[in-house]
Amino acid sequence: MVQQDPAARSDRVLEVVGVSKSFAGVHALRGVDFELRPGEVHALIGENGAGKSTLIKVVTGVYRPDAGRIRFSGEERHFGNPLEAQAAGLSTIYQEVNLVPLMSVARNLYLGREPRRFGLVDVRRMNREAAETLARYGVEVDVTRPLRTLGLGAQQMVALARAVQIEARVVIMDEPTSSLEPREVATLFSVIRELKRQSIAVVYVSHRLDELYEICDRVTVMRDGEIVHTGEMARLERLRLISLMLGREMSSVRDKGSTAFDTARHRQREGVPALRAQGLAVRHRLHDVSLEIHPGEVVGLGGLLGAGRSETAKAVVGALPTEAGTVEVAGRPLRRRSPAAAIRAGVVMLPEDRKVEGIIPNLSVRENISLAALPRLSRACLVSRTRQDEIVDFFIQRLRIKTSGPDQKVSDLSGGNQQKVMLARWLCLNPEVLLLDEPTRGIDVGAKAEVQALIDELARDGLAVLLISSDLEELIEGANRVVVLKDGRVVGELEGEGVSEQRLLDALATAPSHPEDAEYAEYAAPEHEEQPGPEEQSGPEGHKDRKEHRE
Amino acid sequence: MSSITWGGAALDRARTRHLLQEYGVYAALVLLFAVAVVLNTSFLSIGNIRAQLLQVTPVLVVALGMALVIGTEGIDLSVGAVIALAAAVAPLYLGYGFVGMLAVVLLVGAVSGALGGAMVAFVRVQPIVATLSLMIGLRGLANIINGNSGKPVTDGAVATLGIGNFLGVPVMTWVAAGCVALVALLVRRTTFGRQLVAIGDNRQASRLAGLPVRRVLVTVYVISGVLAALAGLMLVGYSAESDPSTVGLNYELSAITAVVVGGTPLTGGRVRVLGTVAGALFMQLIAAVLQQHNVYQSYQQIIEAVIICFAVYAAQERGTR
Repeated sequence: MVQQDPAARSDRVLEVVGVSKSFAGVHALRGVDFELRPGEVHALIGENGAGKSTLIKVVTGVYRPDAGRIRFSGEERHFGNPLEAQAAGLSTIYQEVNLVPLMSVARNLYLGREPRRFGLVDVRRMNREAAETLARYGVEVDVTRPLRTLGLGAQQMVALARAVQIEARVVIMDEPTSSLEPREVATLFSVIRELKRQSIAVVYVSHRLDELYEICDRVTVMRDGEIVHTGEMARLERLRLISLMLGREMSSVRDKGSTAFDTARHRQREGVPALRAQGLAVRHRLHDVSLEIHPGEVVGLGGLLGAGRSETAKAVVGALPTEAGTVEVAGRPLRRRSPAAAIRAGVVMLPEDRKVEGIIPNLSVRENISLAALPRLSRACLVSRTRQDEIVDFFIQRLRIKTSGPDQKVSDLSGGNQQKVMLARWLCLNPEVLLLDEPTRGIDVGAKAEVQALIDELARDGLAVLLISSDLEELIEGANRVVVLKDGRVVGELEGEGVSEQRLLDALATAPSHPEDAEYAEYAAPEHEEQPGPEEQSGPEGHKDRKEHRE
Repeated sequence: MSSITWGGAALDRARTRHLLQEYGVYAALVLLFAVAVVLNTSFLSIGNIRAQLLQVTPVLVVALGMALVIGTEGIDLSVGAVIALAAAVAPLYLGYGFVGMLAVVLLVGAVSGALGGAMVAFVRVQPIVATLSLMIGLRGLANIINGNSGKPVTDGAVATLGIGNFLGVPVMTWVAAGCVALVALLVRRTTFGRQLVAIGDNRQASRLAGLPVRRVLVTVYVISGVLAALAGLMLVGYSAESDPSTVGLNYELSAITAVVVGGTPLTGGRVRVLGTVAGALFMQLIAAVLQQHNVYQSYQQIIEAVIICFAVYAAQERGTR
């Protein structure tokens, strides 16, 4: 695919040859070859865990490669740390801006190389030049303000301006647009075009396909630590791009996959839905997402990384502050929005990140299972050990949790068994609605099949299930219906015979992107507004909606 | 071969570490007590034991509340000032009888704790900052209430709490023993106690599991405040006067020391009630032994510092170093 023309070798500003890296025996990168030409914008894409960030970290000196070579500007270089890389002309702009939030904008721009006069920092000159520089990046602000008072987009521009000023030859942008507003994206793109004219190469990591097609010249697709494709961006069809990322060959969609789901499950969809969410909006993440799940139904939530799947689940249970939208459980509106209130109403969510959001690492299996149910297992505030043991033993047996006993520390269990403990925590509450965010990620094959069979069984027992999974096969075979999300919006729904990998890939590839002006209008609100901080808060709109429902 | 012996050694080290973490403080306490008795047999005299208990009991009561707060990954620097506030308020309400006065004093402790807890749980101020501000402000308030001078307190019931005996053991120690039992029950057996530990271990997961995170946090600081107020009353009874500018000074540090030496990790997620008791007794004992053998106070302090460092080192989990 890539032309290995020896004459053009000097034309590579960055060259990665056969780089491998593994962590504790797990291969994160396997013989990766990657090259970057001056003045090109090169898209680097792949799902979670594909190895993109590992590759970036190896190149910029955060990690040492186990094998392979890295050539920068024609000579072999292994940077000891990102600062060294930056000094050599290889700058990285991370999703989270890594500047000094309390220092002024100008100081941040010139940090470490301030213009001096008589040995002291020439503040006046620094401020003047900073303002001139930033104006070119579309940031017109008082440069003496602390950086953190700027919007995230403007902060990112400052980081970018700083990177370019240090005479960068390569700029790596890790999801630069994830927190930008549309017009900031437009500015960013014009800056990137300017970089191109200066022959600066850009590595562009993003999940927003539209952006990739708009700004990138070439593309490299990674999967499971390997490069699966490199070529011209414009010549790679969307559908092909997605199937490359997900590792599914379009031609070989099988009738019956390898999951443990019983595909012949009957469906019922009458009466009041167990869960109805309408018009959910989360700042920058979700725009008007609605969905319904009936008792006994498994609804899949499809979409690429960053489409807003986890955010939807979190918004439903009130773990993310919503700007608008209502949630009804069995026809009754959920007024207070917090995980506790959702649980009381019978809606529970298995979070995606088991370690951070799920397990209580130092507590025992028993306590982790019974954590949410404690008030129900208690009389006069005293936990009844008999009732606790009853329920814990029941679930250890039912879910076949492999543990030396209920007293074992939960963090000593394997990933699959930890996941079963999490499921047990929710099932012992007898929920009506179960939201599962990547229930089988990172667990072994056996546990995976058990969890899938359990989902089936629960749905047959009348539970309403929302299934979020990056595993296409799991989604297709596990769900009766699949709601497809893209950029925080519902862009399609597959049902009945329409639930197939082909259709899902189609929906992901062809879904219309929303016109920028529509989004612009939505964002025209005041700029530096803070996220509503404490839990259980929601915007004034949400409040109004809820009132209406009460009447 | 060598790899096997290495593995065995590593395993032994892990087990030793575990034993040290779990039972080290009790063993050290027993050992130190034995040393104290061997060095000076009069250490066992009723008079000396009583004197030691009277000194350590208020610290222990405060440390119990501190252990709960630390279990939530917090810290409460305000307890010393709450002691002073309780001492200042107590004489004003003696007219309502002992029970009335006790109710008011404990209420003052509860409100102080609620203030700190609300700052932590609702305003999301870091615990150290929230309680630092209270530590400064409440002592000022106590001084204002008391007019900046010590007042004699001659009430019989308060004196009984401070220096009285029951079955040969100081009354305040009986009260403290009751507190220990209650707190131990609270931590081990109640919904609240288990939620507290879970929140200290992983707050985000606890919130997603529907635990009442804010309510638990506020309650923990309220308990700490109430226990500090109780300790304040004990100190007033002991010294038969109320002087808010000196009473309870540095008690927050003694309490934290007791908790840490007792093996409760500052990272939260675990509360060791009996360990805290042992920690408080140990620190009291070491000070007493050094004092009785005329070691300069400066050296005493250095030795205490070494003990604290060692306790923190020993309490560290495997692999986190």
